[in-house]
Amino acid sequence: MTHAPSLSPTSPAPASATGFFRRFRSTPAEPASAKRVQFSSPFLPYLFLAPQMAIIFIFFYCPSVQAIRSSFYLEDPFGFGSSFVGLANYTDVLKSTEYLGIARFTAVFTALVTFFSLSIGLLLAVKADGVIRGNAAYKTLLIWVYAIAPPVAGLMGMMMFDQHIGPLVKFAGLFGWEMKVGLNYNDTAFAMIVVSVWKQIPYNFIFFLSGLQGIPVSVREAALMDCRSGFRRFRTVILPLLAPTAFFLLIINTTYALFDTFGVIDVMVKDKAANNPITLVYKVYMDGFRGNDLGGSSAQSVILMIIVFVLTIFQFRFIERRVHYN
Amino acid sequence: MYRTKFFDHLILLSGVFIMVGPLLVALMTSSHEAADIHRNGLSILPGGHFIETYETVLTREGGFTGKITGLRMMMNSLILGLGFAAGKILLSMLAAYALVYFRFRFATVTFWMIFTTLLLPLEVRILPSYEVMNSLHLTNTYTGLIVPLLASATGTFYFRQFFKSIPDELLEAARIDGAGPFKFFVDVIVPLSKTMMAAIFIIMFVYGWNQYLWPTLMTTDEGFFTLVRGIKQILLVWVGSNIPDYNEAFALAILAMLPPVMIVMIFQRWFIKGLTESDK
Amino acid sequence: MAAINITNVSKIYAGGVEAVKSVSIDIADGEFIVLGGPSGCGKSTLLRMVAGLEAISQGTVEIGDRVINDVEPAERDIAMVFQNYALYPHMTVYNNLAYGLKNRGTPKAEIDARVAEAARMLEIEQYLTRKPRALSGGQRQRVAMGRAIVRKPAAFLFDEPLSNLDAKLRVTMRGEIKQLQKRLGTTSLYVTHDQLEAMTLADRLVVLNGGRIEQIGRPLDVYHTPASTFVASFIGSPAMNLLRATREGGRLHFGSQVLESDRLSALPTELTIGIRAEDLRVARAGEQSLAMKVDYIEELGAQRLVHGRLDGKKLTAALSPEIELSDTIALTIAPSRLHFFDVTTGKRLAKALDGLGGRREVASTLEAAIG
Repeated sequence: MTHAPSLSPTSPAPASATGFFRRFRSTPAEPASAKRVQFSSPFLPYLFLAPQMAIIFIFFYCPSVQAIRSSFYLEDPFGFGSSFVGLANYTDVLKSTEYLGIARFTAVFTALVTFFSLSIGLLLAVKADGVIRGNAAYKTLLIWVYAIAPPVAGLMGMMMFDQHIGPLVKFAGLFGWEMKVGLNYNDTAFAMIVVSVWKQIPYNFIFFLSGLQGIPVSVREAALMDCRSGFRRFRTVILPLLAPTAFFLLIINTTYALFDTFGVIDVMVKDKAANNPITLVYKVYMDGFRGNDLGGSSAQSVILMIIVFVLTIFQFRFIERRVHYN
Repeated sequence: MYRTKFFDHLILLSGVFIMVGPLLVALMTSSHEAADIHRNGLSILPGGHFIETYETVLTREGGFTGKITGLRMMMNSLILGLGFAAGKILLSMLAAYALVYFRFRFATVTFWMIFTTLLLPLEVRILPSYEVMNSLHLTNTYTGLIVPLLASATGTFYFRQFFKSIPDELLEAARIDGAGPFKFFVDVIVPLSKTMMAAIFIIMFVYGWNQYLWPTLMTTDEGFFTLVRGIKQILLVWVGSNIPDYNEAFALAILAMLPPVMIVMIFQRWFIKGLTESDK
Repeated sequence: MAAINITNVSKIYAGGVEAVKSVSIDIADGEFIVLGGPSGCGKSTLLRMVAGLEAISQGTVEIGDRVINDVEPAERDIAMVFQNYALYPHMTVYNNLAYGLKNRGTPKAEIDARVAEAARMLEIEQYLTRKPRALSGGQRQRVAMGRAIVRKPAAFLFDEPLSNLDAKLRVTMRGEIKQLQKRLGTTSLYVTHDQLEAMTLADRLVVLNGGRIEQIGRPLDVYHTPASTFVASFIGSPAMNLLRATREGGRLHFGSQVLESDRLSALPTELTIGIRAEDLRVARAGEQSLAMKVDYIEELGAQRLVHGRLDGKKLTAALSPEIELSDTIALTIAPSRLHFFDVTTGKRLAKALDGLGGRREVASTLEAAIG
């Protein structure tokens, strides 16, 4: 039997009649060792951890290390071994105008997708939170799309932007815009962004709505007495309280735009990546599986790893701060 | 006041229109004939060929090898979704239980080893992952499809948070009541986690069902294609032909989205709860 | 049922923090012991060491004649009632009561009988099929008690079991716990920070301060002869007034105010004087008195608490509600009712006590005379 090094016994809040689970939720995050009392057993914890650790080791650590390793090697195209080339793969990648162009597109794509899916999600959440009639119906209808796989969303996009039957192409035609999705670089980029935003709105909507509903009624009532203008109330009271949620979503949406849109892109460029916009992840895939450029693809993987790593560290640090908001 | 509400509803209705409209159009259009669609474009009214199209899509043997049916793909999707969700819950509950309720020597190291996996999504290590699978001869197997996707700690993280929020006194009371580690897990932890398990199951099922990149790499044998994986293949066929089989493409898309959409709809409350209270 | 012997028990945490410092308590079979003290005094830690939820760093704990330092909690033959009840939320009341018995392989028929008996005793029979969340706070408390009772343990351990209840319910449950314990005759160890609970429940009271025992004794003894200023301020409500005073011969100076007595000669010149609020009374004409400036008054119905200042120092007097009040009142106290404490250590000055004849000594002298 063991103990955590804490002297004062925790004094839980009074158990409310609303049930135990409510209290479960209100407990703040504590340091790594959670319980005052823990089991101690020479082998049980390892037994419980074994499956997870085995899978992580084989399918996470091995490949990750492998990716880093092969980013320093040049694979012989005819399969006769590989030679160490140091940072050459990285310098090749970073000097390539094609890669830099893709990186630029990825940045613009990520920024636009994140911005529009966040703002539209927030707008709908605020409105859904405000109306009483039909609240539940709106909520249900607005979250459907969350469950749709990115490539299926891509397919829906292809349909809406189809050269012959796509209503959005016809609609754009009314304004004299001859949209050629799949052929014209900018038109394809536009369609990809629209589909990616569409797919992500429900996620942001769910989080913003639950964030809004988490704001205590008393705070809203206090704001109602302190401030007449509805918009001003929103900007000075509601929005700051939503800031933690928004920041969390910002990170999530960034990773979504970077990685999860793979399916959308893959379907929409229809294997004709040459004159179509693609993102960095798609480039890794293209070079690795189509181009057989193992070293270059690995170097790109590592660059992406670093980007994600920085993003996630950012997110973790933020989560710790988020605890204080609650 | 009334005008404000009117505009609120207007915004929400256009939101619903944008979100649900394409799905409705896809459903309706799928019940028309291909030539009809080619001539008249998309439709928001049902056509007369609903059963016919879906029957074809589900049972006709298609693809390059001419073996794979929609039904088979659907079953593969189901295996992936269910297998992934069940595996995730089993692995992560056990691991989280060990991390929260046991004191052991390498606890901190293990903790960090598990949570580092949150840092790197599968997408950034696809090539080496593929090679690992290749060397293990796991391509074109269900194991190869499911197990590598489990190598991320999301579930463990959720359950750890949840276990930590269970009052300490429950374990203490159980110990005085004579419950050991196994008994406590089975008698107390599992029943208490039911809601959490359901919520995570739903999220993970949708996640597994919707996997695209990994199945694309892992399965070259069409017998292992999932619906979502099959979409691309359908498009490849479609692009070439004179009058594309729009109706069948839409029917497959509808089939691919139907189960996850239904689950999210039916279990909406659990789903939202699981998503917003654990996904931090 | 069994005696519990706690001998030189210490708790030292990994960081070197000493939460309990060499505590020894011998608890007789069937005795009701209350561990009192402010939060962080080590009372819960001590209880949890007896329960087996914390490792014992030093010393031994015996239940019956068995040293249980290394015995699993489930095998110590104890039952515990937790502050937040720690009922299993997914089990019915019946299963909550039966769980511990099932785990020990008690036959079904006996489990049924014991649960029924406990339920009858606690009047929770009609809730046996309910889940805890469908119960009120008081009912949950009863279930938690029931879980302890069905075990028929050698000892009950209570960890602030009433502090989640509202004030009224707390009084009721307090009475029931006392009654139940008397009826069952089970040795009990009860932790509380509430001095009223401590006073009313205990056969003997243990006041802890900073991990050390400050005083052990029967509640009234502790009340009338607190061993230190710490105990004096912990036991009793309102808390005992503690005032600094200087002695010159037979005169005590509270700043400008003076009290005279011929029995002070053995005391040091610098003192902390303890005065119970109820020992103060309004001085009659001609009596020596202390002038208190009144700040505010709390009406309690049977009593009136007058809060004011004696030469700038806070003082509280419990007076009869009939007495007319002005801005300044002249109060007096029988010198025998004064408590004397050391200025630096805060310890009771035992010698002075003998000389002055505290109530306890009076009582025992009387007993001796009668006996």
